Amino acid sequence: MARFQGLDFYNIDDLLTEEERAIRDTVRTWVDDNVMPIIEQHARAGTFPTHLPERMGEMGFLGANLQGYGCPGLSNIAYGLICQELERGDSGIRSFASVQGSLVMYPIHAFGTEEQKERWLPALASGKAIGCFGLTEPDHGSNPSGMVTRAEDRGDHYLLNGAKMWITNGTLADVAVVWAKLDGVIRGFLVERGMEGFSAPEMHGKHSLRASVTSELVFDNVKLPKGNLLPGVKGLRGPFSCLNNARYGIAWGAMGSAMACYDAARRYAIEREQFGKPIASYQLVQNKLAWMLREITKGQLLAWRLGRMKDDGTLFHEQVSLAKMNNVDVALQIARVARDVHGANGILDEYPVMRHMANLESVYTYEGTHDIHNLILGRWITGIQAFH
Amino acid sequence: MKIGVCVKVAPDTDTRIKISGDGAGIEESGIKWIVSPYDSFGIEEAVQTQEAQGGEVILFSAGPKDWQTQLRAGGLAVGAERAVIVDDPALAGTDPLGIARVLAAGIASEGCELVFTGKQAIDDDNVQVPAMVAELLGWPHVSFVTDFSTDGSTFTATRNVGGGTQEVVTGSLPVVITAERGLNTPRYAKLPAIMKAKRKKVDVKSLGDLDLSADDITPAVQLTNFSLPPERPAGRKLEGDVDTMVQELVRLLREEAKVI
Repeated sequence: MARFQGLDFYNIDDLLTEEERAIRDTVRTWVDDNVMPIIEQHARAGTFPTHLPERMGEMGFLGANLQGYGCPGLSNIAYGLICQELERGDSGIRSFASVQGSLVMYPIHAFGTEEQKERWLPALASGKAIGCFGLTEPDHGSNPSGMVTRAEDRGDHYLLNGAKMWITNGTLADVAVVWAKLDGVIRGFLVERGMEGFSAPEMHGKHSLRASVTSELVFDNVKLPKGNLLPGVKGLRGPFSCLNNARYGIAWGAMGSAMACYDAARRYAIEREQFGKPIASYQLVQNKLAWMLREITKGQLLAWRLGRMKDDGTLFHEQVSLAKMNNVDVALQIARVARDVHGANGILDEYPVMRHMANLESVYTYEGTHDIHNLILGRWITGIQAFH
Repeated sequence: MKIGVCVKVAPDTDTRIKISGDGAGIEESGIKWIVSPYDSFGIEEAVQTQEAQGGEVILFSAGPKDWQTQLRAGGLAVGAERAVIVDDPALAGTDPLGIARVLAAGIASEGCELVFTGKQAIDDDNVQVPAMVAELLGWPHVSFVTDFSTDGSTFTATRNVGGGTQEVVTGSLPVVITAERGLNTPRYAKLPAIMKAKRKKVDVKSLGDLDLSADDITPAVQLTNFSLPPERPAGRKLEGDVDTMVQELVRLLREEAKVI
C-alpha cells in the first residue's frame, strides 16, 4: 500500500517553518516504520508496545516542548505535529506521549524542585523511565475538586491514602504525579514504583485504547518522603495547567486519527466496486468524503492557530477547550463515516478505521469530556458557571 | 579527514510523474522533493566513518539553492557538518559530465580524501556521475558497495557482482565509493537535531567561485523530449477447470509471450 501522505487541502504547510515540516515528515516516517507494522497486533492482544518509549525518547518525542534537563526544547507547533503523526498511528501511542510529556514531565518541570527535575526529567525524556498522572478517581471524574485521596503531614513524611482510576501508563510507571488533598488543599506528589502500600493494577476489558495501559492507582498508607511534594503549585491550577497542555496536543492528535480514517476511506472508495463501478463514483460516497475533507481542513486550521498562540504566549484555556472538543468530535464522526464507507469490511482490523473509532470514544471523554468543554465555553460566553 | 558526499535532490519515490505540456520536462508543482535514497546511504556511511575516524562530513550538490531544505533535513540533521551547493544558471541545461565537473571541483576545493555517493539518482537513473567525478579527481572508485571500512589510509569495500558472487576491493584513499542498498540503514534525524541543522552552514557557490565557466559544462548530451511509458494493457483471466486453464496458460506462454 502506498505510504500515508497526509492531507493539506488549504496549503497549511506554507504556514509551517521548514524545520516544522521536516519534524512532521520525520515523525510520519517513524510511525510508518515503528507503529504501523505492529499496531493491529497490539490492539488485538490488548498490549502496549513497551519497546517504543525508549525509541520515542531517542527521537525527541517525549516532553518535546520543554527546555533543559535533557528535554528536546521544540516549539509547541512541533509538539502538536508529533501528536498528530503519532495519533495517525494510534491514539494509544499518542496518549502515552501526551501523558509522559504534558502530564508528568510538564508539572515536574513547572512545579518541581531542582532535585526532582534533575532526577526525573532526563530519565523521562529518554523514555528510560515512564510516568503516569493521577487525578481522576472512581467517583470523581468531571468534578476533580471532590477528590477524596488525601495526604497527611506526619512530621518527617506524608501519609497518602486513596485511589485513582483511568490512569494511562499506570501499571508501567516508575513515577506517578498524584494529586491529593493536604489540609483540604489539592497538592501534587511524586509517588514511586515500589513504595510500600502503592499498587497499580491494570484495568481490563476495554473496547478502546487497547494498545495502551490503563490502570487503577491504590494508595494504602503510602509513606512519602517530604521531598516528594511538588512545591510550586496549590489547588486545581496544578492539574488543570497539565491538562491544558495535554488537551492542546489532543487537538492536533485527533486530526491525525481523522486523516488516517479519511485516507483509508478514500482509498477504499476508489478501489471498491459495486454495480460495476467504484463506489467513489456515487454521489452519496463523494458527499461523505467531501464532508471529511471540510472538517479536517477546519480542524487543521484550529490546531495550527492554537499552536501559534501557544508559542506566542497569548493563548487562553477556553481556546484549547474549543479545539479539543471540536477536533475530537469531528474525528470521531469521521471515523464512524469512514467505517460506513468501508461497509462490512470496516469492522475488520485489516483496516484501521474501527480501531480509530473505538479509540476516539475514549479521547472524546478523557481530558475533559465533550460536554464539560461545552460548559467551559458556556461560562466564557455568559459568565455563568453551569457545572456546579 | 574531510569526507565528501555528493547529494542529488529528487522527487519522492511515491510521486506520480506528469510530463509538462511542451514535453520538455516534468511538471514540478506539487512534487515532494527528497534526498535521493541511495545518496542517503552515502550520507549514513560518511557519518559512520566520521564517527569512527573523526573529521568532518561535507555535502556537495550541483543544483538550485532551494535544495538546502532537503540537505538540512536529510544530511545536516543526521550528522553532516556543512553543505556546499553550486547554483548557477548554466547548470540548467548541462549533462552528467557537466555535473561531475562541478562536483569534482567542489570536492577538490575542500580537500576531501574520501567521497561517498549513491550508486545512482532515482530520477534519471544515469549511473554516470560518480565514476566521472572519480576520473576527474584522478581517484579510483568502487561502485555498488554493500560493505565498507577504512582505517583512515586504506579501505576495504565489498560489492555484489551478480549471481551471488561478492567482490572485495582493497586500496588506499582517496577513493569514491558509490552506495548500493544494504550498505547501511540510514538513521532517523532526531527532532532536536533538525532544529540544530537550521544553524549549520550551507555555502551557495557559483561556477566562478570554483574557477569554472559555463563553457566548461557545455552539454555533450541534450534531452529533447519526455514521454510517459505506454499504459500497461489489462490482464487476462483464464476460465474453465484447472486442466483447461493450465493448458491455455502454457499455450499462451509459448505462443504469445514466447517465454517457454
